[in-house]
Amino acid sequence: MISVGHYLAVSAVLFTLGVLGIFINRKNIIVILMAIELILLAVNINLVAFSAALGDLVGQVFSMFVLTVAAGEAAIGLAILVIYFRGRGTIAVDDANRMKG
Amino acid sequence: MIQLFAFYLFATVVIASAAMVIFARNPVHSVMWLILAFFNAAGLMLLAGAEFIAMLLVIVYVGAVAVLFLFVVMMLDIDFAELRAGFVRYLPLGALVAIILAAELVFAVGAWSAGGIDLASRAAPVVSDKSNIQQIGELLYTRYIFLFEAAGIVLLVAMIGAIVLTHRHRGGVRIQNISAQNRRRPQDATRLVDPGVGQGMEL
Repeated sequence: MISVGHYLAVSAVLFTLGVLGIFINRKNIIVILMAIELILLAVNINLVAFSAALGDLVGQVFSMFVLTVAAGEAAIGLAILVIYFRGRGTIAVDDANRMKG
Repeated sequence: MIQLFAFYLFATVVIASAAMVIFARNPVHSVMWLILAFFNAAGLMLLAGAEFIAMLLVIVYVGAVAVLFLFVVMMLDIDFAELRAGFVRYLPLGALVAIILAAELVFAVGAWSAGGIDLASRAAPVVSDKSNIQQIGELLYTRYIFLFEAAGIVLLVAMIGAIVLTHRHRGGVRIQNISAQNRRRPQDATRLVDPGVGQGMEL
């Protein structure tokens, strides 16, 4: 039978893959954003799995809020990417120092 | 039995497509694998009984976020071969961090399943005679109404932010100025001249 441990294992692998994706695609900010989406998906799977296992709906409600933030983050991130590309002609972000911060 | 089979199918495909997302050479292929991963994650959530979240995942992620990614990837003219340059160099460090993270997650799950931590009482127990979406709606519009509105504000700020960031004011474009047109009076725009014979005219 499927237990919450199965879901936790899938979500752990997904989270790890997301972090690995951030590390190995350091220049390509599009893939970095996709890796962040994978991480948030892993978090959502965790929330839903515990919600189902504990019989408590709050996990699903908060999973919805995570989804909202993920959508907003993708929109803002891609907008910043577009203006960055407009200014520099490349999206290599490993030496991004436009703002001299 | 069919549940177990479906779970392993969805779990395998979601993990494989997540791996393809980060290892694919072409970011367009990455987006396609991301869509597959989202679909299968929606299947996993359906198995867990969260029908509303599963449908939301398909609509929001596949319908909006993935299409946004695809749009940006195809709109920008990016040299992706150049961006792949540091791939092998960063692989050992990334693999090290990933292995440490995976070990910690396994440790955490092991500790959680071994320990007898008693969680606090249920905040919103599942009621069996109502559907999933009805229960979520009742919870969302009563106890979490302020959080729900805050999520709406987050989306509004994201939308306005994206528009402000990417809106480009182009010079040299003549657009209609309605208030200037309405302000224009006959005595400002026309004048009566009486040129002499052979004087020509000025414009």
